[in-house]
Amino acid sequence: MDNSLVYVLRKNVRQYAMLIALIVITIFFQIVTNGILLVPMNVTNLILQNAYVFILAIGMTITILTGGNIDLSVGSIVAFIGAICGSLIITMNFSVGVALVCALVLGILIGAWQGFWIAYVRIPAFIVTLAGMLVFRGLTVFMLKGLTINPFPESFQFISSGFLPDIPMGWLGNLHSSAIILGAVCVIFYVISQLKHHASQKRDGFNTISGTVLIVQIVLVSAFIMLFSVWLARYKGIPFIFLIIGVLVLLYAFFTTRTVPGRFIYAMGGNEKAAKLSGINTNQMLFLAYVNMGFLAAIAGIAYTARLNAASPQSGLNFELDAIAACFIGGASAYGGIGTVVGSIIGALVMGVLNNGMSILGIGSDVQQIVKGLVLLFAVAFDVLSKKKSG
Amino acid sequence: MESEPILEMDNITKQFPGVTALQNVSLTIKKGEIHALVGENGAGKSTLMNILGGIYPYGSYSGRIVFENIERRFRDVRDSEKVGISIIHQELALSPYLSIGENIFLGNERARNQIINWDRTYKEAKALLNLVGLNENPRVIVKDIGVGKQQLVEIAKALSRQVKLLVLDEPTASLNEGDSEHLLQLLLDLKKHGITSILISHKLNEIVEVADSITVLRDGKVIETFEKGIDKIDEDRIIKGMVGRELVDRFPKRTPKIGSVALEVRDWNVYDPTNLERQIIKNVNLKVRRGEIVGIAGLMGAGRTELAMSVFGKSYGAKVKGTLIKDGKEIHINNARQAIQHGLAYATEDRKNAGLNLIGDLKENISIAGLDKISRRLVINNDKEINLAESYRQRLNIRSLNVFQKVGDLSGGNQQKVVLSKWIFAEPDVLFLDEPTRGIDVGAKFEIYTIINQLANEGKAIVFISSELPEILGISDRIYVMNDGRIVGEFQGSDATQEKIMKCIMESAGRVNHG
Repeated sequence: MDNSLVYVLRKNVRQYAMLIALIVITIFFQIVTNGILLVPMNVTNLILQNAYVFILAIGMTITILTGGNIDLSVGSIVAFIGAICGSLIITMNFSVGVALVCALVLGILIGAWQGFWIAYVRIPAFIVTLAGMLVFRGLTVFMLKGLTINPFPESFQFISSGFLPDIPMGWLGNLHSSAIILGAVCVIFYVISQLKHHASQKRDGFNTISGTVLIVQIVLVSAFIMLFSVWLARYKGIPFIFLIIGVLVLLYAFFTTRTVPGRFIYAMGGNEKAAKLSGINTNQMLFLAYVNMGFLAAIAGIAYTARLNAASPQSGLNFELDAIAACFIGGASAYGGIGTVVGSIIGALVMGVLNNGMSILGIGSDVQQIVKGLVLLFAVAFDVLSKKKSG
Repeated sequence: MESEPILEMDNITKQFPGVTALQNVSLTIKKGEIHALVGENGAGKSTLMNILGGIYPYGSYSGRIVFENIERRFRDVRDSEKVGISIIHQELALSPYLSIGENIFLGNERARNQIINWDRTYKEAKALLNLVGLNENPRVIVKDIGVGKQQLVEIAKALSRQVKLLVLDEPTASLNEGDSEHLLQLLLDLKKHGITSILISHKLNEIVEVADSITVLRDGKVIETFEKGIDKIDEDRIIKGMVGRELVDRFPKRTPKIGSVALEVRDWNVYDPTNLERQIIKNVNLKVRRGEIVGIAGLMGAGRTELAMSVFGKSYGAKVKGTLIKDGKEIHINNARQAIQHGLAYATEDRKNAGLNLIGDLKENISIAGLDKISRRLVINNDKEINLAESYRQRLNIRSLNVFQKVGDLSGGNQQKVVLSKWIFAEPDVLFLDEPTRGIDVGAKFEIYTIINQLANEGKAIVFISSELPEILGISDRIYVMNDGRIVGEFQGSDATQEKIMKCIMESAGRVNHG
């Protein structure tokens, strides 16, 4: 058992490698942009700009895990959901609440539609979602008659541009109290869960990490959370969308690593035949993975439309590629069975920081694309080569 | 007619890591004869033919191959084909979406300057088809014709290459009676045209019908060669030659405590899902009791795996019909999940492709069929899982660093123990073990037998499928013999011998063929 920690580390080596790469890239741009990259305002912007990638990458991780299945339609779904919100709220004067419920239900239905063809008719996901990409883009343009509609009411815009309200606390000075409070709450939850976990492992007779290592780990992570909270507090506090992303990441990370259906997804991605013979309904898992992707694409569509403050026929273009790239940069296997939600978020951050950093430097989007493409290629090449060496 | 040899294989020895597949095998094939090669699965027939065909290149074996009086050193299949040797394997090597004509001339196109002459292709293909007695348009796509006809296309392909020695590996195994007759007749016709054949077959009646000589292989050695007209062809002697292996004490002792019937399969019928006309399992009836190990013996393709998988939640087959009675009550199961819930387990023969998640670790593989036992409201208790996996690792003596190791990195024997752990953890009442010792070394085999005995002693019913007769005899309390989708015999473990079982298979093959 003594080696277990080493093994867990080795198993996730790819993720740690990418985390280190993220830190290196961040430091690099922090230096070359003369510290602009990490000013509180830019950090907040980075989150707001990339919100849709984070949300889509979570869903994409799960479809990829089921067996390397990607979803090419999510960009078009984002646009289509935007068009629905625009039509309902701006053209037809429905309330924002009704529109949001409709958008989410529609996302689920779209996911079920594509999931049906993929899981039960067994048409390759690539084909089904390529068709979806065309269909939903076409529907978007049709609904909007090719025009952009705006503006949305403020309550809708709040989703992507609002910040959590502050409770007045004089002693904090200019700092936004919402961020500080939330940060503190997170730290408390983190410390309690770590201590609980440690105690339960001890009770079950595991030689876990020693107390000192645990304390060092808790202190480091807590310090990072607080630092990040203070950083956001110095600008406008916690963006509402950040809260949503945070909840989604925690939820899906827990789902994939700790629950029975989460385990089924890894098992079927590793070997579908074996999973089937072990009593897993692989068709159903595949179907649900796409239903979930539709649901998350709807959330991303709402978030992006709110940020743009417009429903446009051209919105969401190439979003699917960002999400897919984030997953693969984050260590997902193109054949399924390997990958994590957190890894994909790190992948999305790597691309986000690259984008943002280069934009600050005034580097054009042409060069940005070249760099992003090469990062994707080298990240996966690193993966393939390191596996060859070890295996 | 005293004819000279066309092929002499002299003192061929071939070793694989850990096993000697062929040991000083010498084989002489005379020009113009049909020479049959018989032996159990794993006797070395296919290895010998793979050496002849250049699949195992010169240098990977020791010994000499003399073909038409010249020593040959084939480096690959092309080399052997060039001198006129064609091997038709059990799994046909045709490209399913190309036409018959395209397949016949694949790699040998009727072309000038890389441009194919289609008129010539199909004209010559038609002539070759006439030669093998296949009345089909050469433009028909290969996947649209039956296996029997595909076999003939393969032979036509060999003829197009001016074949002198034709090797057929179990050509009639998947053919019906009419097609088999036609094929054997064709071999006799080709013989008249001076083409020599080597026929690998399990069907003694066929062999006796067409072969001029018969060589018996066992455990990588030649046991005997019979010649028609000189030696008396004695079926019993052939069978004894095939199986006469010494039974050493390779099996752990056990005193069976047999209880009530755990599972009964009645009137079980299954069809091939890719070909609904073809019946794979024909009216099978069997039962297995608690604490009993029931062996199912049979040759490859007898339908044993298909039987077990179709019982295990219809995991194989189409039009599955029949009755399952578990502990006296009829049960209806339609998928693997329901099968597991009803206390069945099936450990596959194909552990790499269908048994394990090779990129997953030990604990994930062990727990996957019984996650409900270590989870509450769908949340897995990780600590429990690790403890559980560790206990199986120790109990089954799985040699790995820990439970976090990737299963793909383990040896075959240890992988097999992971498969067993998984199914033991699912806590079944009836376990189907399909070739559980395939491809693993003797030491690991003994460990696996011991585990199986323990399971039986705990009152589980075991169905043990194996192609190795000594193993079946060594471990089973009762033995069913399967052939061609039917149960063709049943023995008490104490009465059974290798000869009896092999005879049972051979005679039933004869019966089936003669109607």
